[in-house]
Amino acid sequence: MTPLLRVANVGVRFGGIVALERVSFDLEAGQMLGLIGPNGAGKTTLFNCLSRLYTPVEGDILFEGASILDKAPHRMVEIGIGRTFQNLALFARMSVLDNVRVGGHHVARSDFFSDALHLPWVRRQDHALDEIAWELIDYLDLHAVAHRSVADLPFGLQKRVELARALAVKPKLLLLDEPAGGLNHVEVDGLGRLIRRIRDERNVTVLLVEHHMNLVMSVCDRVVALDFGRKIADGTPAEVQRNPDVIAAYLGTAA
Amino acid sequence: MEATPAAIEATGAATPSVVRLPPAQAVIGGITLARWRQLAIIACVIVALVIPFVVKNFFIFQLTLALVYALAILGLNLLTGFNGQFSLGHSAFYAIGAYTAAIMMDHWDVAYYWTLPVAGVVCLISGFLFGLPALRLEGIYLALATFALAIAAPQILKFSPLEHWTGGVQGIVVIKPDAPFGLPLSSDQWIYFFTLAVAAVLYVCAVNLVNSRTGRAMKAIRDNAIAAGAMGVNVSLYKSLTFGVSALYTGIAGALGAVVAGFVAPDSFTFTLSIQLFVGLVVGGVGSIPGTLFGGLFALFAPNVAESVSKGLAGAVYGVILILVIYVMPSGAAGLVRLIVSKLARSAR
Repeated sequence: MTPLLRVANVGVRFGGIVALERVSFDLEAGQMLGLIGPNGAGKTTLFNCLSRLYTPVEGDILFEGASILDKAPHRMVEIGIGRTFQNLALFARMSVLDNVRVGGHHVARSDFFSDALHLPWVRRQDHALDEIAWELIDYLDLHAVAHRSVADLPFGLQKRVELARALAVKPKLLLLDEPAGGLNHVEVDGLGRLIRRIRDERNVTVLLVEHHMNLVMSVCDRVVALDFGRKIADGTPAEVQRNPDVIAAYLGTAA
Repeated sequence: MEATPAAIEATGAATPSVVRLPPAQAVIGGITLARWRQLAIIACVIVALVIPFVVKNFFIFQLTLALVYALAILGLNLLTGFNGQFSLGHSAFYAIGAYTAAIMMDHWDVAYYWTLPVAGVVCLISGFLFGLPALRLEGIYLALATFALAIAAPQILKFSPLEHWTGGVQGIVVIKPDAPFGLPLSSDQWIYFFTLAVAAVLYVCAVNLVNSRTGRAMKAIRDNAIAAGAMGVNVSLYKSLTFGVSALYTGIAGALGAVVAGFVAPDSFTFTLSIQLFVGLVVGGVGSIPGTLFGGLFALFAPNVAESVSKGLAGAVYGVILILVIYVMPSGAAGLVRLIVSKLARSAR
């Protein structure tokens, strides 16, 4: 069976610096894969390749068996890849509801002309989009703040808005870029439960880039570790945790 | 900012039975905000309909021109306020609209009302084409590129090989239309109502647009272009189309301006006009549609008021007015209204 996502020998260079070197792994549908590594290991670089912000100089990325490298970044949602961002990338001056609606942008079709005239078929579409958005707002308990501007919300709520927006894409694969960043321990536990619930209840495969080892170890089925752009480990959380290269990468060698 | 654990982990399962209320409506003086808004719109419409029967023709003419400016500022606002792109070149689109209308009327005897859609389409295409290279420019660099457009426009209009069409330095004189169907209206009154009707349609379209899927995509690009792209918004397409639609609005305003003023000349469309529109945008409120009406009034009347205070120091007086206005309403007239409304709502509670 073809895996949902196959990263095959992906290499990225910035000038003379090798950011990723022949990194390969598969992600099966329904799995939750954690991508770990110290700062500068290439996690976010790989992530940006997956959402087509960077193009690898070598290798290929296959989604459901087809290469994504010939597609523009805004086409990623159409094939079923949604994402969140490392330091939140919300539409700050828009309401929570509108942020989530933008997540459903590709579900509807309209243009400047039909929207300016507010034609009947546009109205029907808006209705369908609203259903999607409100269902997610209910799902993530954002009802009380639905009409508030995102910029006015506390950080934790903003994270949930970003999750709701990514889910409005109706992704098969959800890319989460350091979701635990800026949260305290209690909050991280809550986040872990939430991510698992989303995976189980909404049928999404999750690729989680994370610094926070406890979160990765407690929620992921599999972990891939990167260091200096190379893959140094791939296995269950327990295996990866015991891997001497991983320990060395995180704690430094005793050399 | 402290967030409780519950702020991260959504507690409830989906509760679709919850009634989806609109934003909590503030109540002022026993009337909801939405109703106040309706009342304000009705009041404005009544005033707009009655005013040409109680003031002198020259004042009607000025009001018409203010409306034309408001429309041009609305075009600029769609670009800047809702899409985050800057332009100091909108005087060029205004000029293209005005000359399209004037040339059609002068050379081919086309009726003034048919010139508006043509001017709109010509500007839509010019704006879209200009928007394509502008995609590579952000913020102040885009401002500079559009500034070049504003500088070039009047000279191109004076350029002698084009004189046959543009009338060169002299420009083109357009005959002011009279009221049709024997309506008992003066020419100024009729042009006022005609402009009012066109503006009303275009304002309704703009409100529809910014509250639609397209409008949300425009605003998403303004707030975070990379995230907008990741959510499936074709950023380059929306940016260049927004440039086109913005130019369309300003171009139709230009065509109306040609009809209202009765002539077009290159020196009416210098860089100063771009700045006037920009000032109107900021004073009315960036990102506010009703604010553009105030912006239009300000763009037209503030220089006149300054001149009536002191002929010799009109520029200085205008500067003082501008500084005072920005001091009193740092986020424009729209921001001031929002502030007053929220204060009233709080004290009413």
